[in-house]
Amino acid sequence: MEKIIAGRAIEVNEEGYLKDFKQWSPEVAKEIAKEANLDLTPRHMQVIQYLQEQHKSESPLSIRKVGKSGVVDIKEFYELFPNGPLKTSTKVAGIPKPASCI
Amino acid sequence: MKRLIILGAGTAGTMMANHLRKEMDKNVWEIKIIDEREEHYYQPGFLFLPFDIYKPEDIVKPIHDFIPKGVQLIKGKIDKINAEENFVKMENSNIYHYDILIIATGTEIAPEETKGMNGDEWQKNVFDFYTFNGALALRNKLRDWKGGKLVVHITEMPIKCPVAPLEFAFLADSFFKLKNMREKVEITYVTPLSGAFTKPKATAALEHLLSEKNIKIESDFAIESVDNTNKKIIDYGGREISFDLLVTVPTNKGSEVIEKSGLGDELNYVPTNKATLQSKEHQNIFVIGDASNVPASKAGSVAHFEAEILTENILRFIENKPLKEEFDGHANCFIETGNGKALLIDFNYTHEPVEGTFPIPGIGPLSLLKESRMNHMGKLAFRWIYWNMLLKGTPIPMVSNNMQEAGKHFN
Repeated sequence: MEKIIAGRAIEVNEEGYLKDFKQWSPEVAKEIAKEANLDLTPRHMQVIQYLQEQHKSESPLSIRKVGKSGVVDIKEFYELFPNGPLKTSTKVAGIPKPASCI
Repeated sequence: MKRLIILGAGTAGTMMANHLRKEMDKNVWEIKIIDEREEHYYQPGFLFLPFDIYKPEDIVKPIHDFIPKGVQLIKGKIDKINAEENFVKMENSNIYHYDILIIATGTEIAPEETKGMNGDEWQKNVFDFYTFNGALALRNKLRDWKGGKLVVHITEMPIKCPVAPLEFAFLADSFFKLKNMREKVEITYVTPLSGAFTKPKATAALEHLLSEKNIKIESDFAIESVDNTNKKIIDYGGREISFDLLVTVPTNKGSEVIEKSGLGDELNYVPTNKATLQSKEHQNIFVIGDASNVPASKAGSVAHFEAEILTENILRFIENKPLKEEFDGHANCFIETGNGKALLIDFNYTHEPVEGTFPIPGIGPLSLLKESRMNHMGKLAFRWIYWNMLLKGTPIPMVSNNMQEAGKHFN
């Protein structure tokens, strides 16, 4: 379904995750973050960039992996994206949330 | 003589040994397969062992029974692979040179990656069922367990057979009902993902099973440690879940051989081209099964579909022909839901599991994403197919390598 985010029609799924990563932009990210009561800082964007790189290389994400990435440690990851950091940060990053086969 | 070596004689390695010996010229190519174990396990059986549905002898046979004539089985522990100089060094210092290497070293549980998991309660009240010994120890525990809080838990993704923990929870519900003690047990399923189901069609079709079977869900739980004294698991965000019996799937890592050889990512999986199965870093190295980092499920059926395409690509590689970019991530998996029923899912890299019929469109006899007794019988029958057809590289009639769209209900 389509949703207007940052003035543009963006294809999202029922949970609000972008269906097409090419439609992502920092402005889209800011609005998605605002809906989650988050103010995006450059620090948030550094983590988002890391997550997007993992998505491009089709590497599965886990909290432990993010913590070992050298980009951010686990404590800070939870501070930047409280309440289910992987769920929230991936939505802001315009990538699918971590999923399994079903 | 040219030399092809397969590392690992599990599901994937054994299938490749059988496929390749049939196809490669015996007068030109010598094939070796290396494994330190003597036993070949039917791993889907590990799910049934804790509930006394299978006996140990149902699910283990000697490795050498499945290695074809003309392939040399070397029993021993590998030290490391020297990919620059094309040889494998064993712990006993023997060296085997290769022209082509197939890595089929699989994935293993690594409970030591989580603080406290391997602690005092390990195999007392904290169990795994991803190993033969773990499943057996859990069987012994469940035989006499009087009830309490059963927590079924996944540490982090990726794991092999991602549905198995959910199947375990479903079978546990049936097991305790049969023993007339279901009301004495509270079953909680704990996952780092955002739900027990993460794909929309599967969620819509199957979510009711959780409430029907009274299975509680705790999602977005990223375990940091196991508190053995107080019997609880704690996540990085500070959440705590107490247990009387914890059945956990620890972090899954590739073989330490891969780490020692400098060939893997941070979980010891080998970077592999997801369509050709060639190693991304070394042209004469190919990877099959759980050992690779391709974004397909780590499951035996995936290795089966990979084996046919990999065989074709090995033959092309030998003849300097371009490799076929054909592997589509196809997986086909039974999911036990308890009470003599199961469902079947059939999917690939780009298509999530949907309802439909399999393998014959419109006819079946197996139903996709729907519980049926036929599916359960299929899962049980599959053990025979595994030992007698799959491992030998015999094609399964009507089941294509690439996922078929026919017979499926996409929107």
